[in-house]
Amino acid sequence: MEEWIEELKDILPEKQVMTELSDRHSYSFDASFGEYLPEAVVQVKNKQQVIHVLKVANQFRIPVYPRGQGTCLSGGPLPVQGGIVLDISQWPPLIDVHADDLTVIVSPSALTADINNAAEEHGLMYAPDPSSAHVATIGGNLAENSGGPRGLKYGVTKDFVLGLEVVTPEGEVMKTGGQTIKNVTGFDLTKLIVGSEGALGVITEATLKLVPKPPAVQTILAVFDDVRKAGQAISKTLTSGILPSKMEFMDQACIQAVENFKPAGLPVHAKALVIIELDGHPETLAIEKKLVQEIMEKIGATETVIPQTAEEANGIWQARKQVSPAIAQIKPTKVSEDATVPRSKIPDMMDRLQKIKEKYNVEVVVFGHAGDGNLHPNVLCDKRDQEEMGRVEKAVEEIFEAAIELGGTLSGEHGIGTMKAPFLESELGPVGVDMMRRIKNSWDPNGIMNPGKIFAEKGQRLVLRSE
Amino acid sequence: MSNLEALQTKIQYEKTFDCVQCGYCLPACPTYETMERETHSPRGRINLVKMVAEGKASIDDLKDPIEKCLGCMACTTVCPTNVQYGAILEGAKEVIEENEVKSPSQEKVEQFIFNTFFPSSNWMGALSNAAWFYKKSGTQRLARITSASRMAPLNLDKFERVLPEVPSPVERLTRKRHVLPDYKLTTKVAFFTGCVMDGMFFKTNANTIELLRRSGAEVVLPKDQTCCGALHAHSGKGTSAKELAKRNIEAFDIEDVDYIVNNAGGCGAKMIEYEKLFEEGTSWYERAKEFTSKVRDISEVLVELNALDFTTPVNRMVTYQPSCHMSNVQRVTEPPRILLESIPGLGIKELKQPDFCCGSAGIYNIVNYEDSMEILDVKMQDVLGVNPEAVVTTNPGCLIQMKLGIEREQLEDQVEAMHLVDLLMEAKPVSKRG
Repeated sequence: MEEWIEELKDILPEKQVMTELSDRHSYSFDASFGEYLPEAVVQVKNKQQVIHVLKVANQFRIPVYPRGQGTCLSGGPLPVQGGIVLDISQWPPLIDVHADDLTVIVSPSALTADINNAAEEHGLMYAPDPSSAHVATIGGNLAENSGGPRGLKYGVTKDFVLGLEVVTPEGEVMKTGGQTIKNVTGFDLTKLIVGSEGALGVITEATLKLVPKPPAVQTILAVFDDVRKAGQAISKTLTSGILPSKMEFMDQACIQAVENFKPAGLPVHAKALVIIELDGHPETLAIEKKLVQEIMEKIGATETVIPQTAEEANGIWQARKQVSPAIAQIKPTKVSEDATVPRSKIPDMMDRLQKIKEKYNVEVVVFGHAGDGNLHPNVLCDKRDQEEMGRVEKAVEEIFEAAIELGGTLSGEHGIGTMKAPFLESELGPVGVDMMRRIKNSWDPNGIMNPGKIFAEKGQRLVLRSE
Repeated sequence: MSNLEALQTKIQYEKTFDCVQCGYCLPACPTYETMERETHSPRGRINLVKMVAEGKASIDDLKDPIEKCLGCMACTTVCPTNVQYGAILEGAKEVIEENEVKSPSQEKVEQFIFNTFFPSSNWMGALSNAAWFYKKSGTQRLARITSASRMAPLNLDKFERVLPEVPSPVERLTRKRHVLPDYKLTTKVAFFTGCVMDGMFFKTNANTIELLRRSGAEVVLPKDQTCCGALHAHSGKGTSAKELAKRNIEAFDIEDVDYIVNNAGGCGAKMIEYEKLFEEGTSWYERAKEFTSKVRDISEVLVELNALDFTTPVNRMVTYQPSCHMSNVQRVTEPPRILLESIPGLGIKELKQPDFCCGSAGIYNIVNYEDSMEILDVKMQDVLGVNPEAVVTTNPGCLIQMKLGIEREQLEDQVEAMHLVDLLMEAKPVSKRG
């Protein structure tokens, strides 16, 4: 047994240090691509244990990869250089709502949906709502700066973090930010750590902001026979003084896939659907609903549907939720991207995606959070087909290029991880990347925290093929 | 075909690609909750199957994670991509079973249990008779008979205490095989008696037949029926499961019935999947499909016939513990609740996590006793929160397990576990048409 593993076991209960092959394999993957076998999986259940693991790892120069429940789509928790997968998912969850302050103190293991449920008991809401909220830990959300449909009105995870407790790569404890809504003291290390993908330390506690839960919601479904018109209608709505909480987009391929999978009565001949959710006071909603309907129809929606009951509205959102499983029926492997563009560029991005699809002869469907320009082009393929996966790699590269050329970004909500590291410089430029590297090197002099993520090795390329 | 290719076919390698590793199954999995590691989650198990098929891990590495799976299938109801976890699990079990080097005595014991004991209503009858004798005489005979199996750490003494009163051998032998209702027939059904149900819960079976009769159904009990094969399939003995399926298909084929009714969630789940045991296009496949199209849980049939008035109020507060196999494989969730609601006076309170397995899972609670008890403890915490006077179930395994849970919490004086059918009889059902 390696000396560092023995040292880990000095303080940690035996059960929490796993070295069996089956356990190592079980933490070798996430919801993205690639598998990398760690030498040990270590479960931590309190701050002292994190400090111990990082001190040992730092002393022996062993890489550490923090991991929540492994729902990451960009490869954040993958142990690409071996070492320790640090599993925080079994930490006893803490969700301490301070209703009068509109804040909540959480452990990194708390499930995001549970935080929102606890807030709702006080008439409050934790707004970030990634699709994986019922599985994913807040620790993972904080590391990856996750988003969700409500990002349009409320923002992503970082917009809700007031303060953090972090164990540094050298095993010291630090605090950032605080408990107040306003806080301009010193450098904003809170925002630096949120979204740093576990490369700067391990978050052991967070204070999050809550907002009042809107008393009512209103769903509107708009049907378009032209993608460009759908894009224009989205822009027009947002510049009209109305800010919906969600504006979701589905292209024809998604609509048809859903109707083939679990028919929901969607119009299969439509080229695009826009699903809007307004939230706020019921009287305001009545006015805004009419205005949105008018905008949609004026720009060219062939039909707008206003659900009459909560069940009907739920049916529309269920259909939207069926997109992921439905398109997985087209082909088994799903490369889900989150390239994001300025909102006015959505139609251009749709054109580019169409061209990429034809050029590489790959299946591409598009859905996503169009209200904030956060599209999810999904390339559907079969990872057993090496030749096809080669074409997919090229298509994905070109999707990133297109987003950046249109003034967009590599990632709206999934993070960089291993998947997008090779493209970082094309968005940030060499100086931008160099400054980030300098920050990383001074925080983590021995380079033990989540190596191989965000920053590409020389010559690193996007790889979706396993062999 | 290379060895690895043959292994890949058997272990359902192709089906593992349906898993997109999203992790949505994690919160649904009882063993992930109690064992606290990905290795004991559906996603982890599927990945290990894949690793074995690719030669990156050995069958030995797979053994513990697969054997510790309850097979409750809760993961399949939340899976967004419809991964056929059941097929992957059974494939893995078969491969593990074939790879196993067993001592001759172990072989003999297993052969006895799976090839003689479960398929034989005589043996089940014998077990039941022994249980009756045990209860009456207080000897250790049952314990001796069952522990002859030596199936790993058995804790049968724990189970023995919660077994119900069983009928005398005479009562068993004189049961009618053909029952007619008092009034004009509405339907004809065949009743699947099950092995454990018939052996341990003979009274519940009698009540089931009576409920059908009062609903206006003609009930037949095909003589040559045998064990459903679920326990065999879950133990990696696919060939035996297939043989038993064939025997049941033949036994029920001679009767021209509308439904094949069972009152054991686990048996029903196996029987509605009989066609999966055979190759598409074969005549056995067609016969199995015909069979499965008729398989119904008793609750479904009673709700469909809708022929009973419950005349006596049952003034009790109960909670319903659904059988995993009934919910997740048969996808029967509403009928038992509809029936409970039709009992006058009955108070019903839902568990917080009704879909969390109780840990019974076939013979899981016997072979993996400690792990099963950890899962049961989670379930009992939920039950304590509801504080019911009875826990209602629809499967013999769950029933015994819940009885055990109640005993472990020392609640025997306050809470009982009972089969839905027995509760329905307590409400004195009469025919609406009668």
